[in-house]
Amino acid sequence: MNKEIPVENPGPLQTFEDNLAKGEFKIQQCKECGQHVFYPRQLCNHCGSSSLKWVEISGRGTVYSTSVVRRKPERGGDYNISLIDLEEGPRMMSRVMDVEPTEVTIGMQVSAHVGLVEEKPAVVFYNKEQGDKEW
Amino acid sequence: MVASIRGSSAVVGVGLTNFHGLPGMNHMEIMAQAVEKAIADAGIHKNEIDGIFSANFVELLTPLTIAEYFGLNPTFMDGTNTGGSVFVNSMQSAAAALHLGLCNVALICYGSNSATGKFTHPPAMRTVEDVYKPRNPISPYALAANRHMHEFGTTKEQLAEVAVSARQWAQLNPAATMRDPLTIEEVVNARMIVDPLGLLDCCLVSDGGAAMIMVRSDRAKDFPKPPVYMLGVGSRTDHNIISAMPDLTVTPAREAAAAAFAMAGVTPADIDVVELYDAFTINTILFLEDMGFCDKGEGGNFVSNGNIAPGGSLPVNTNGGGLSCVHPGMYGMFLMIEAVQQLRGECGDRQVKGAKLAACNGNGGFLASQVTAIFGTEETL
Repeated sequence: MNKEIPVENPGPLQTFEDNLAKGEFKIQQCKECGQHVFYPRQLCNHCGSSSLKWVEISGRGTVYSTSVVRRKPERGGDYNISLIDLEEGPRMMSRVMDVEPTEVTIGMQVSAHVGLVEEKPAVVFYNKEQGDKEW
Repeated sequence: MVASIRGSSAVVGVGLTNFHGLPGMNHMEIMAQAVEKAIADAGIHKNEIDGIFSANFVELLTPLTIAEYFGLNPTFMDGTNTGGSVFVNSMQSAAAALHLGLCNVALICYGSNSATGKFTHPPAMRTVEDVYKPRNPISPYALAANRHMHEFGTTKEQLAEVAVSARQWAQLNPAATMRDPLTIEEVVNARMIVDPLGLLDCCLVSDGGAAMIMVRSDRAKDFPKPPVYMLGVGSRTDHNIISAMPDLTVTPAREAAAAAFAMAGVTPADIDVVELYDAFTINTILFLEDMGFCDKGEGGNFVSNGNIAPGGSLPVNTNGGGLSCVHPGMYGMFLMIEAVQQLRGECGDRQVKGAKLAACNGNGGFLASQVTAIFGTEETL
């Protein structure tokens, strides 16, 4: 009996992923304290309020730290893993896509796009302007 | 005002297995070897154990399994899992439970066949980081190392000093897994795994079991070995996934150690021997800074020129650490046992002469759970 239960009120994480699937990168902002919240949560991790709204953000960020996962070429080669500080405050893990993995530097200015990481929708970052933002 | 548990309990028995050559044994069987040794070391019968403290990465309900396996009927159990720090965290729970009379003889224990049985990845909550495929647990530590290098000028050579110092201690420890000579150049030039961490910046993967028996201090002298007293403990955390860590150069060990030192009534300058959870070379530098053995950002300089190696000013990871001695998935147990054995004066060639005070710091998750413990001999009570 694996009857699928229709989701009427998806949780914050599901909402985030549903937005990503539509090509939109939105994060939460607390209506009480005004701070932005990421990853998506039921309560504001700053002030504890449950009054959170989904907002569009600038997509601009700065590389806080970066590393290179070494992987054999036949398994896809090396790739970048960075922590990005969003202009709005929250930090997120991502990949910088348009720079050689070893050439990504701390402090580098990057901008967010909804893309694919190994065929799954994900927010990724580019160092160079990629035209209009994609959400 | 919280009642202090300073000096209220003591370690009266410890047991370690071999760290290699255990193929064909499962984690419970390896643990049982260590428990048998700890029971013999304490001179007790297994039925005296009424407190069980254990967790691992391969099963849930661990304390129940242990009660059943050894035929025990405990009055207090704690199977909290905070990652590799857990046994130092368990020691805090055990000290509190003993102090309150919720149990009288506490067993803290661990066993793993990580090397011969292959490391089993623990079940973890799905997170927003998964899609990027960080190579956990190495990636988070690499990100922390890179940020430390960026902010403070820490170098690959300074990271390598940590690995070389650990190896020099391991060369004095017949039980250690890796005892061949090691140079700074070999560590710096080792194959890169996750930049800036190379193969020799990462701990080994071994088998191993460890067990410890604790009792209240009022009866600690009724056992064959000199008791080692729990003088202070502090436990803190502020994140789980690495993108949620507020500052990658400052771990919760800063607050955990401050609490432990305050309870013990001693300072880092008083400590004779230090055991830190060195899953990666950056850990030792971060924890020396956060615990107050040197200023923030000075860790790279502090570990240089053999300062934490045999003959240096501060003996750190005297068994050879997770980098060269033993690291079976979770290392926290082994920190405390090395501290106890140093304070008993049982460490042979690697013995820190006259050691009376030891500090341990357990690390769990990705620099997330930090638990500091201070142990001392009877004269430090």
